[in-house]
Amino acid sequence: MSAPAAPLPALVCPAGSLPALKAAVDNGADAVYLGFKNDTNARNFAGLNFDPKTMADGIRYAHGKGCEVLLAINTFPQAGRVDAWRRAVDAAADLGVDAIILADVGLLDYACRRHPGQRLHLSVQGSATSYEAINFAHREFGVRRAVLPRVLTLAQVEHVIRNTPVEIEVFGFGSLCVMNEGRCWLSSYACGESPNTVGACSPAKYVKWDKQPGAMETRLNGILIDRFGDDEPAGYPTLCKGRFQVQGETYYALEEPTSLNVLSILPDIVKIGVRAIKVEGRQRSPAYVTQVTRTLRAALDALASDGERYHVKPNWQAELAKVSEGNQATLGAYNRPWR
Amino acid sequence: MNQGFTVPKFRLPGFVAAVGAKLPQWPHALALVAGLNLAVKMRLLPEDSLNTLEDRLFRVRVRDTGGEAAFTYRGGLFRPVFRPGREPDLAFAANLSAFLQLLNRQEDPDTLFFNRELEITGDTELGLVVKNMLDAVEWPSLPRLPLARR
Repeated sequence: MSAPAAPLPALVCPAGSLPALKAAVDNGADAVYLGFKNDTNARNFAGLNFDPKTMADGIRYAHGKGCEVLLAINTFPQAGRVDAWRRAVDAAADLGVDAIILADVGLLDYACRRHPGQRLHLSVQGSATSYEAINFAHREFGVRRAVLPRVLTLAQVEHVIRNTPVEIEVFGFGSLCVMNEGRCWLSSYACGESPNTVGACSPAKYVKWDKQPGAMETRLNGILIDRFGDDEPAGYPTLCKGRFQVQGETYYALEEPTSLNVLSILPDIVKIGVRAIKVEGRQRSPAYVTQVTRTLRAALDALASDGERYHVKPNWQAELAKVSEGNQATLGAYNRPWR
Repeated sequence: MNQGFTVPKFRLPGFVAAVGAKLPQWPHALALVAGLNLAVKMRLLPEDSLNTLEDRLFRVRVRDTGGEAAFTYRGGLFRPVFRPGREPDLAFAANLSAFLQLLNRQEDPDTLFFNRELEITGDTELGLVVKNMLDAVEWPSLPRLPLARR
Protein backbone atom coordinates (compact mmCIF):
# COMPACT_ATOMS: atom_id res chain seq x y z
CA MET A 1 0.00 0.00 0.00
CA SER A 2 1.25 3.44 -0.85
CA ALA A 3 1.48 6.23 1.71
CA PRO A 4 -1.61 8.41 2.04
CA ALA A 5 -1.60 11.14 -0.58
CA ALA A 6 -0.64 14.65 0.53
CA PRO A 7 -3.64 16.99 0.67
CA LEU A 8 -4.20 19.00 -2.49
CA PRO A 9 -2.93 22.58 -2.09
CA ALA A 10 -5.44 25.40 -2.20
CA LEU A 11 -5.57 27.27 -5.51
CA VAL A 12 -5.23 30.99 -4.74
CA CYS A 13 -6.21 33.26 -7.64
CA PRO A 14 -5.93 37.02 -8.28
CA ALA A 15 -8.85 39.43 -8.40
CA GLY A 16 -8.33 43.03 -9.50
CA SER A 17 -12.04 43.60 -10.11
CA LEU A 18 -15.40 42.07 -9.29
CA PRO A 19 -15.69 40.30 -12.68
CA ALA A 20 -12.18 38.86 -12.18
CA LEU A 21 -13.17 37.65 -8.70
CA LYS A 22 -16.27 35.95 -10.09
CA ALA A 23 -14.17 34.41 -12.89
CA ALA A 24 -11.79 32.94 -10.29
CA VAL A 25 -14.60 31.61 -8.09
CA ASP A 26 -16.57 30.17 -11.03
CA ASN A 27 -13.52 28.44 -12.52
CA GLY A 28 -12.41 26.58 -9.42
CA ALA A 29 -10.31 28.82 -7.17
CA ASP A 30 -10.23 27.74 -3.52
CA ALA A 31 -9.34 31.30 -2.52
CA VAL A 32 -9.12 34.71 -4.15
CA TYR A 33 -6.83 37.52 -3.09
CA LEU A 34 -7.62 41.18 -3.58
CA GLY A 35 -6.87 44.69 -2.34
CA PHE A 36 -8.38 48.05 -1.52
CA LYS A 37 -8.34 50.91 -4.04
CA ASN A 38 -5.32 52.64 -2.44
CA ASP A 39 -1.60 52.34 -1.74
CA THR A 40 -2.03 49.77 1.03
CA ASN A 41 -1.63 47.05 -1.61
CA ALA A 42 1.13 46.37 -4.13
CA ARG A 43 -1.14 46.55 -7.19
CA ASN A 44 -2.25 50.12 -6.65
CA PHE A 45 -3.03 50.80 -10.33
CA ALA A 46 -5.46 53.39 -11.65
CA GLY A 47 -8.97 51.96 -11.87
CA LEU A 48 -8.02 48.60 -10.34
CA ASN A 49 -9.15 46.99 -7.07
CA PHE A 50 -12.20 47.20 -4.84
CA ASP A 51 -14.17 50.04 -3.27
CA PRO A 52 -16.18 49.24 -0.11
CA LYS A 53 -19.29 48.23 -2.07
CA THR A 54 -17.62 45.96 -4.64
CA MET A 55 -15.49 44.49 -1.83
CA ALA A 56 -18.60 43.54 0.16
CA ASP A 57 -20.27 42.16 -3.00
CA GLY A 58 -17.15 40.16 -3.84
CA ILE A 59 -16.80 38.66 -0.38
CA ARG A 60 -20.47 37.69 -0.38
CA TYR A 61 -20.14 36.08 -3.81
CA ALA A 62 -17.01 34.12 -2.91
CA HIS A 63 -18.27 32.94 0.47
CA GLY A 64 -21.60 31.96 -1.07
CA LYS A 65 -19.69 29.52 -3.26
CA GLY A 66 -17.34 28.24 -0.57
CA CYS A 67 -14.33 30.24 -1.75
CA GLU A 68 -12.02 31.99 0.75
CA VAL A 69 -11.14 35.68 0.48
CA LEU A 70 -7.62 36.85 1.32
CA LEU A 71 -7.03 40.59 1.53
CA ALA A 72 -3.57 41.92 0.66
CA ILE A 73 -2.27 44.88 2.68
CA ASN A 74 1.23 44.19 1.48
CA THR A 75 2.92 47.57 1.14
CA PHE A 76 4.93 49.30 3.85
CA PRO A 77 3.32 52.10 5.93
CA GLN A 78 4.91 55.41 4.94
CA ALA A 79 6.22 57.94 7.41
CA GLY A 80 3.45 60.10 8.88
CA ARG A 81 0.68 57.97 7.34
CA VAL A 82 0.79 54.79 9.42
CA ASP A 83 -2.86 55.29 10.36
CA ALA A 84 -3.99 54.68 6.77
CA TRP A 85 -2.52 51.16 6.91
CA ARG A 86 -3.96 50.48 10.37
CA ARG A 87 -7.39 51.60 9.18
CA ALA A 88 -7.07 49.19 6.24
CA VAL A 89 -6.33 46.33 8.67
CA ASP A 90 -9.36 47.31 10.79
CA ALA A 91 -11.56 47.49 7.68
CA ALA A 92 -10.36 44.08 6.52
CA ALA A 93 -11.14 42.52 9.91
CA ASP A 94 -14.60 44.16 9.93
CA LEU A 95 -15.31 42.82 6.43
CA GLY A 96 -14.84 39.27 7.64
CA VAL A 97 -12.12 38.22 5.21
CA ASP A 98 -10.64 34.79 5.81
CA ALA A 99 -7.11 36.15 6.11
CA ILE A 100 -5.14 39.39 5.81
CA ILE A 101 -1.88 39.19 3.88
CA LEU A 102 0.67 41.50 5.52
CA ALA A 103 4.33 42.31 4.83
CA ASP A 104 5.31 44.90 7.45
CA VAL A 105 6.25 43.63 10.94
CA GLY A 106 4.85 46.76 12.61
CA LEU A 107 1.52 46.16 10.92
CA LEU A 108 1.62 42.44 11.80
CA ASP A 109 2.14 43.47 15.42
CA TYR A 110 -0.81 45.90 15.24
CA ALA A 111 -3.07 43.34 13.56
CA CYS A 112 -2.41 40.50 16.00
CA ARG A 113 -2.93 42.72 19.05
CA ARG A 114 -5.96 44.61 17.75
CA HIS A 115 -7.69 41.66 16.07
CA PRO A 116 -6.49 38.56 17.94
CA GLY A 117 -8.85 36.15 16.17
CA GLN A 118 -7.95 37.32 12.67
CA ARG A 119 -5.99 34.87 10.52
CA LEU A 120 -2.78 36.48 9.23
CA HIS A 121 -0.58 35.48 6.29
CA LEU A 122 2.95 36.71 5.69
CA SER A 123 3.13 38.32 2.24
CA VAL A 124 5.80 37.50 -0.32
CA GLN A 125 6.72 41.18 0.06
CA GLY A 126 7.75 40.35 3.63
CA SER A 127 10.68 38.60 1.96
CA ALA A 128 10.95 35.69 4.41
CA THR A 129 13.02 32.99 2.70
CA SER A 130 14.17 30.99 5.75
CA TYR A 131 12.22 28.97 8.30
CA GLU A 132 13.82 31.08 11.03
CA ALA A 133 12.21 34.24 9.61
CA ILE A 134 8.87 32.47 9.16
CA ASN A 135 8.95 30.96 12.65
CA PHE A 136 9.70 34.42 14.05
CA ALA A 137 6.54 35.75 12.40
CA HIS A 138 4.64 32.75 13.76
CA ARG A 139 5.92 33.16 17.31
CA GLU A 140 5.56 36.92 17.51
CA PHE A 141 2.42 37.57 15.46
CA GLY A 142 0.70 34.20 15.12
CA VAL A 143 1.18 34.09 11.34
CA ARG A 144 -0.52 30.97 9.98
CA ARG A 145 0.73 30.98 6.40
CA ALA A 146 3.74 32.42 4.59
CA VAL A 147 4.07 33.10 0.87
CA LEU A 148 7.60 32.26 -0.24
CA PRO A 149 9.58 34.58 -2.50
CA ARG A 150 10.36 33.05 -5.88
CA VAL A 151 14.06 32.60 -5.16
CA LEU A 152 14.13 29.14 -3.58
CA THR A 153 14.79 25.78 -5.20
CA LEU A 154 12.25 23.04 -4.60
CA ALA A 155 14.67 21.37 -2.16
CA GLN A 156 14.94 24.62 -0.23
CA VAL A 157 11.15 24.97 -0.14
CA GLU A 158 10.95 21.45 1.28
CA HIS A 159 13.58 22.32 3.90
CA VAL A 160 11.48 25.30 5.01
CA ILE A 161 8.31 23.20 5.19
CA ARG A 162 9.99 20.54 7.37
CA ASN A 163 11.08 23.12 9.89
CA THR A 164 7.99 25.25 10.41
CA PRO A 165 4.43 24.78 11.66
CA VAL A 166 3.38 27.62 9.31
CA GLU A 167 1.55 26.68 6.10
CA ILE A 168 3.63 27.40 3.01
CA GLU A 169 2.24 29.02 -0.14
CA VAL A 170 4.29 29.20 -3.35
CA PHE A 171 3.78 30.82 -6.73
CA GLY A 172 2.52 28.51 -9.43
CA PHE A 173 1.97 30.74 -12.42
CA GLY A 174 2.52 34.31 -13.58
CA SER A 175 4.94 36.92 -14.83
CA LEU A 176 8.37 36.77 -13.29
CA CYS A 177 10.41 39.79 -12.28
CA VAL A 178 13.86 39.83 -10.67
CA MET A 179 12.04 38.22 -7.72
CA ASN A 180 13.79 40.25 -5.09
CA GLU A 181 10.36 40.66 -3.58
CA GLY A 182 10.00 43.28 -0.90
CA ARG A 183 13.60 44.38 -1.39
CA CYS A 184 13.59 45.61 -4.98
CA TRP A 185 14.29 49.31 -5.59
CA LEU A 186 14.78 49.26 -9.36
CA SER A 187 11.49 51.10 -9.90
CA SER A 188 12.48 53.74 -7.35
CA TYR A 189 15.83 54.14 -9.10
CA ALA A 190 14.00 55.11 -12.29
CA CYS A 191 10.90 56.92 -10.94
CA GLY A 192 11.34 57.49 -7.22
CA GLU A 193 8.37 55.20 -6.61
CA SER A 194 8.20 51.44 -6.06
CA PRO A 195 5.81 48.69 -4.88
CA ASN A 196 6.94 49.07 -1.27
CA THR A 197 6.30 52.82 -1.17
CA VAL A 198 3.35 53.57 -3.49
CA GLY A 199 2.07 50.10 -4.29
CA ALA A 200 3.13 50.01 -7.94
CA CYS A 201 6.22 48.94 -9.84
CA SER A 202 7.04 51.33 -12.70
CA PRO A 203 3.81 53.36 -12.28
CA ALA A 204 1.95 54.02 -15.54
CA LYS A 205 2.34 57.79 -15.36
CA TYR A 206 6.07 57.32 -15.97
CA VAL A 207 5.60 54.95 -18.91
CA LYS A 208 5.65 56.08 -22.53
CA TRP A 209 5.05 53.74 -25.47
CA ASP A 210 6.49 55.62 -28.43
CA LYS A 211 5.57 54.45 -31.91
CA GLN A 212 8.44 54.90 -34.35
CA PRO A 213 8.60 53.77 -37.98
CA GLY A 214 9.15 49.99 -37.81
CA ALA A 215 9.55 49.89 -34.03
CA MET A 216 8.05 50.82 -30.70
CA GLU A 217 10.14 52.39 -27.95
CA THR A 218 9.35 52.05 -24.26
CA ARG A 219 10.51 54.73 -21.88
CA LEU A 220 10.27 54.76 -18.10
CA ASN A 221 10.58 58.30 -16.76
CA GLY A 222 12.59 59.13 -19.88
CA ILE A 223 14.92 56.12 -19.62
CA LEU A 224 14.86 54.00 -22.78
CA ILE A 225 13.88 50.51 -21.58
CA ASP A 226 13.46 48.65 -24.84
CA ARG A 227 12.82 48.94 -28.56
CA PHE A 228 10.55 46.33 -30.16
CA GLY A 229 10.43 45.56 -33.86
CA ASP A 230 6.91 45.31 -35.31
CA ASP A 231 6.90 41.51 -35.03
CA GLU A 232 8.61 41.23 -31.67
CA PRO A 233 6.59 40.49 -28.52
CA ALA A 234 6.52 43.30 -25.96
CA GLY A 235 6.98 43.04 -22.19
CA TYR A 236 6.06 45.05 -19.12
CA PRO A 237 7.91 48.39 -19.03
CA THR A 238 10.11 47.66 -16.02
CA LEU A 239 13.85 48.18 -15.67
CA CYS A 240 14.44 44.49 -14.93
CA LYS A 241 12.96 43.50 -18.30
CA GLY A 242 14.76 46.10 -20.39
CA ARG A 243 17.35 45.53 -23.06
CA PHE A 244 20.46 47.56 -22.43
CA GLN A 245 23.81 48.19 -24.03
CA VAL A 246 26.49 46.48 -22.00
CA GLN A 247 30.05 46.67 -23.31
CA GLY A 248 28.90 47.15 -26.87
CA GLU A 249 26.21 44.47 -26.83
CA THR A 250 22.46 45.08 -26.49
CA TYR A 251 20.54 42.39 -24.61
CA TYR A 252 18.33 41.60 -21.61
CA ALA A 253 21.03 42.50 -19.10
CA LEU A 254 18.93 41.64 -16.03
CA GLU A 255 16.39 39.09 -17.24
CA GLU A 256 14.26 38.17 -20.21
CA PRO A 257 10.46 38.58 -19.91
CA THR A 258 9.17 35.15 -18.90
CA SER A 259 6.38 33.52 -16.96
CA LEU A 260 6.61 30.95 -14.22
CA ASN A 261 4.69 27.72 -14.90
CA VAL A 262 4.90 24.81 -12.44
CA LEU A 263 2.56 22.32 -14.16
CA SER A 264 5.43 19.92 -14.89
CA ILE A 265 6.55 19.78 -11.22
CA LEU A 266 3.08 19.91 -9.66
CA PRO A 267 3.38 16.37 -8.18
CA ASP A 268 6.64 17.34 -6.42
CA ILE A 269 5.12 20.55 -5.07
CA VAL A 270 2.23 18.61 -3.58
CA LYS A 271 4.46 15.81 -2.27
CA ILE A 272 6.69 18.14 -0.23
CA GLY A 273 3.62 19.55 1.52
CA VAL A 274 2.98 22.93 -0.07
CA ARG A 275 -0.43 24.05 1.22
CA ALA A 276 -1.35 26.69 -1.35
CA ILE A 277 -0.43 27.61 -4.90
CA LYS A 278 -0.70 31.24 -5.91
CA VAL A 279 -1.40 32.68 -9.33
CA GLU A 280 0.15 36.08 -10.03
CA GLY A 281 -1.76 38.82 -11.84
CA ARG A 282 -4.23 41.09 -10.05
CA GLN A 283 -3.48 43.61 -12.80
CA ARG A 284 -4.70 41.21 -15.49
CA SER A 285 -8.22 41.04 -16.89
CA PRO A 286 -11.07 38.59 -16.11
CA ALA A 287 -10.16 36.70 -19.32
CA TYR A 288 -6.69 35.89 -17.93
CA VAL A 289 -8.11 34.86 -14.57
CA THR A 290 -10.59 32.55 -16.29
CA GLN A 291 -7.95 30.88 -18.45
CA VAL A 292 -5.34 30.38 -15.74
CA THR A 293 -7.74 29.32 -12.96
CA ARG A 294 -9.49 26.82 -15.22
CA THR A 295 -6.19 25.29 -16.31
CA LEU A 296 -4.62 24.97 -12.86
CA ARG A 297 -7.88 23.59 -11.45
CA ALA A 298 -7.89 20.92 -14.15
CA ALA A 299 -4.26 20.06 -13.41
CA LEU A 300 -4.79 19.82 -9.64
CA ASP A 301 -7.91 17.70 -10.10
CA ALA A 302 -6.07 15.44 -12.54
CA LEU A 303 -3.29 15.01 -9.98
CA ALA A 304 -5.83 14.09 -7.31
CA SER A 305 -7.50 11.48 -9.49
CA ASP A 306 -4.55 10.16 -11.53
CA GLY A 307 -1.83 10.21 -8.85
CA GLU A 308 1.41 8.93 -10.31
CA ARG A 309 -0.09 8.70 -13.76
CA TYR A 310 -0.39 12.51 -13.78
CA HIS A 311 0.98 14.08 -16.93
CA VAL A 312 0.79 17.61 -18.29
CA LYS A 313 -1.79 17.87 -21.06
CA PRO A 314 -0.75 19.83 -24.16
CA ASN A 315 -3.92 21.94 -24.08
CA TRP A 316 -3.09 23.14 -20.54
CA GLN A 317 0.34 24.27 -21.70
CA ALA A 318 -1.15 25.93 -24.78
CA GLU A 319 -3.70 27.82 -22.71
CA LEU A 320 -1.06 29.06 -20.26
CA ALA A 321 1.51 29.84 -22.98
CA LYS A 322 -1.03 32.14 -24.62
CA VAL A 323 -1.33 34.42 -21.59
CA SER A 324 2.37 34.29 -20.66
CA GLU A 325 4.46 37.40 -20.82
CA GLY A 326 7.27 36.95 -23.32
CA ASN A 327 5.54 33.80 -24.61
CA GLN A 328 7.90 31.54 -22.74
CA ALA A 329 7.60 29.78 -19.44
CA THR A 330 10.20 28.57 -16.97
CA LEU A 331 10.37 26.73 -13.66
CA GLY A 332 12.09 29.79 -12.19
CA ALA A 333 14.31 28.97 -9.23
CA TYR A 334 12.50 25.72 -8.40
CA ASN A 335 14.74 23.47 -10.50
CA ARG A 336 17.94 25.50 -10.30
CA PRO A 337 20.94 23.23 -9.67
CA TRP A 338 22.75 25.90 -7.62
CA ARG A 339 21.64 27.76 -4.49
CA MET B 1 -20.30 36.95 -20.75
CA ASN B 2 -18.39 34.67 -23.09
CA GLN B 3 -20.29 31.51 -22.28
CA GLY B 4 -21.21 29.48 -25.28
CA PHE B 5 -19.49 31.18 -28.19
CA THR B 6 -15.99 32.03 -29.26
CA VAL B 7 -14.67 34.76 -31.51
CA PRO B 8 -12.04 33.23 -33.79
CA LYS B 9 -8.88 35.10 -34.69
CA PHE B 10 -9.25 36.41 -38.20
CA ARG B 11 -8.00 39.15 -40.42
CA LEU B 12 -10.11 40.80 -43.09
CA PRO B 13 -8.57 41.04 -46.56
CA GLY B 14 -6.56 44.15 -47.38
CA PHE B 15 -9.08 45.65 -49.77
CA VAL B 16 -11.62 46.00 -46.94
CA ALA B 17 -9.39 48.48 -45.15
CA ALA B 18 -8.63 50.26 -48.42
CA VAL B 19 -12.34 50.73 -49.10
CA GLY B 20 -13.28 51.27 -45.44
CA ALA B 21 -10.84 54.13 -45.00
CA LYS B 22 -12.57 56.00 -47.81
CA LEU B 23 -16.04 55.64 -46.28
CA PRO B 24 -17.41 58.26 -43.90
CA GLN B 25 -16.15 57.60 -40.35
CA TRP B 26 -18.95 59.26 -38.38
CA PRO B 27 -21.18 56.17 -38.12
CA HIS B 28 -18.44 54.32 -36.15
CA ALA B 29 -18.06 57.21 -33.74
CA LEU B 30 -21.83 57.50 -33.24
CA ALA B 31 -22.26 53.76 -32.63
CA LEU B 32 -19.34 53.59 -30.20
CA VAL B 33 -20.44 56.66 -28.27
CA ALA B 34 -24.03 55.36 -28.07
CA GLY B 35 -22.78 52.09 -26.58
CA LEU B 36 -20.57 53.85 -24.05
CA ASN B 37 -23.37 56.22 -23.03
CA LEU B 38 -25.67 53.25 -22.52
CA ALA B 39 -23.07 51.87 -20.09
CA VAL B 40 -22.92 55.27 -18.34
CA LYS B 41 -26.70 55.41 -18.08
CA MET B 42 -26.81 51.90 -16.63
CA ARG B 43 -24.19 53.03 -14.08
CA LEU B 44 -21.85 50.26 -15.20
CA LEU B 45 -18.83 52.55 -15.29
CA PRO B 46 -17.40 53.67 -11.95
CA GLU B 47 -17.64 57.43 -11.38
CA ASP B 48 -14.09 57.93 -10.10
CA SER B 49 -12.71 56.44 -13.32
CA LEU B 50 -15.12 58.44 -15.51
CA ASN B 51 -13.98 61.68 -13.86
CA THR B 52 -10.42 61.10 -15.09
CA LEU B 53 -11.69 60.90 -18.69
CA GLU B 54 -13.13 64.44 -18.66
CA ASP B 55 -12.20 66.38 -21.83
CA ARG B 56 -9.63 63.78 -22.95
CA LEU B 57 -9.56 62.84 -26.63
CA PHE B 58 -9.73 59.13 -27.56
CA ARG B 59 -9.32 57.35 -30.88
CA VAL B 60 -10.19 53.76 -31.73
CA ARG B 61 -8.88 52.45 -35.05
CA VAL B 62 -9.88 49.10 -36.53
CA ARG B 63 -6.91 48.24 -38.73
CA ASP B 64 -8.46 45.72 -41.06
CA THR B 65 -11.74 47.57 -41.68
CA GLY B 66 -10.14 50.99 -42.06
CA GLY B 67 -12.68 52.32 -39.57
CA GLU B 68 -11.76 55.00 -37.08
CA ALA B 69 -13.70 56.74 -34.31
CA ALA B 70 -12.69 59.70 -32.16
CA PHE B 71 -14.61 60.74 -29.08
CA THR B 72 -14.36 62.56 -25.80
CA TYR B 73 -16.13 62.54 -22.43
CA ARG B 74 -17.66 65.76 -21.17
CA GLY B 75 -20.34 66.60 -18.64
CA GLY B 76 -21.34 63.01 -17.95
CA LEU B 77 -21.60 61.90 -21.59
CA PHE B 78 -19.34 60.45 -24.26
CA ARG B 79 -19.45 62.64 -27.38
CA PRO B 80 -18.19 61.92 -30.89
CA VAL B 81 -15.47 64.18 -32.27
CA PHE B 82 -15.68 64.33 -36.06
CA ARG B 83 -12.69 66.57 -36.77
CA PRO B 84 -10.25 66.01 -33.91
CA GLY B 85 -7.67 68.56 -35.10
CA ARG B 86 -5.06 67.21 -32.68
CA GLU B 87 -3.44 63.96 -31.64
CA PRO B 88 -5.61 61.95 -29.22
CA ASP B 89 -4.62 61.61 -25.57
CA LEU B 90 -5.12 57.88 -25.94
CA ALA B 91 -5.36 55.72 -29.06
CA PHE B 92 -6.19 52.03 -29.54
CA ALA B 93 -5.55 50.16 -32.78
CA ALA B 94 -6.20 46.49 -33.53
CA ASN B 95 -7.87 44.18 -36.02
CA LEU B 96 -11.61 43.66 -35.71
CA SER B 97 -11.20 40.13 -34.31
CA ALA B 98 -9.01 41.40 -31.45
CA PHE B 99 -11.55 44.06 -30.50
CA LEU B 100 -14.36 41.49 -30.56
CA GLN B 101 -12.29 39.07 -28.45
CA LEU B 102 -11.70 41.87 -25.93
CA LEU B 103 -15.39 42.80 -25.82
CA ASN B 104 -16.27 39.14 -25.38
CA ARG B 105 -13.77 38.85 -22.46
CA GLN B 106 -12.20 36.02 -24.36
CA GLU B 107 -8.72 37.48 -24.54
CA ASP B 108 -6.76 39.48 -22.01
CA PRO B 109 -5.69 42.97 -23.20
CA ASP B 110 -2.19 42.47 -21.77
CA THR B 111 -1.87 39.25 -23.78
CA LEU B 112 -2.92 41.02 -26.98
CA PHE B 113 -0.60 43.90 -26.16
CA PHE B 114 2.41 41.61 -25.52
CA ASN B 115 1.66 39.83 -28.79
CA ARG B 116 1.45 43.18 -30.56
CA GLU B 117 -2.12 42.52 -31.66
CA LEU B 118 -3.36 45.54 -29.70
CA GLU B 119 -1.59 48.88 -30.00
CA ILE B 120 -2.02 51.46 -27.26
CA THR B 121 -0.39 54.86 -27.68
CA GLY B 122 -0.59 58.12 -25.77
CA ASP B 123 -1.11 58.63 -22.04
CA THR B 124 -0.29 55.25 -20.48
CA GLU B 125 -2.01 55.94 -17.18
CA LEU B 126 -5.18 57.00 -18.97
CA GLY B 127 -4.95 53.74 -20.93
CA LEU B 128 -4.75 51.79 -17.69
CA VAL B 129 -7.79 53.63 -16.29
CA VAL B 130 -9.81 52.77 -19.41
CA LYS B 131 -8.63 49.14 -19.44
CA ASN B 132 -9.39 48.62 -15.78
CA MET B 133 -12.72 50.45 -16.07
CA LEU B 134 -13.86 48.13 -18.86
CA ASP B 135 -12.51 45.07 -16.99
CA ALA B 136 -14.57 46.05 -13.92
CA VAL B 137 -17.86 46.37 -15.83
CA GLU B 138 -20.42 43.75 -14.92
CA TRP B 139 -22.21 43.37 -18.25
CA PRO B 140 -25.73 42.37 -17.26
CA SER B 141 -27.92 42.30 -20.33
CA LEU B 142 -26.04 43.69 -23.30
CA PRO B 143 -26.97 41.88 -26.48
CA ARG B 144 -24.71 38.96 -27.33
CA LEU B 145 -22.47 39.18 -30.35
CA PRO B 146 -24.19 37.36 -33.17
CA LEU B 147 -20.79 36.35 -34.55
CA ALA B 148 -19.61 32.75 -34.54
CA ARG B 149 -22.28 31.56 -32.13
CA ARG B 150 -21.96 27.85 -31.51
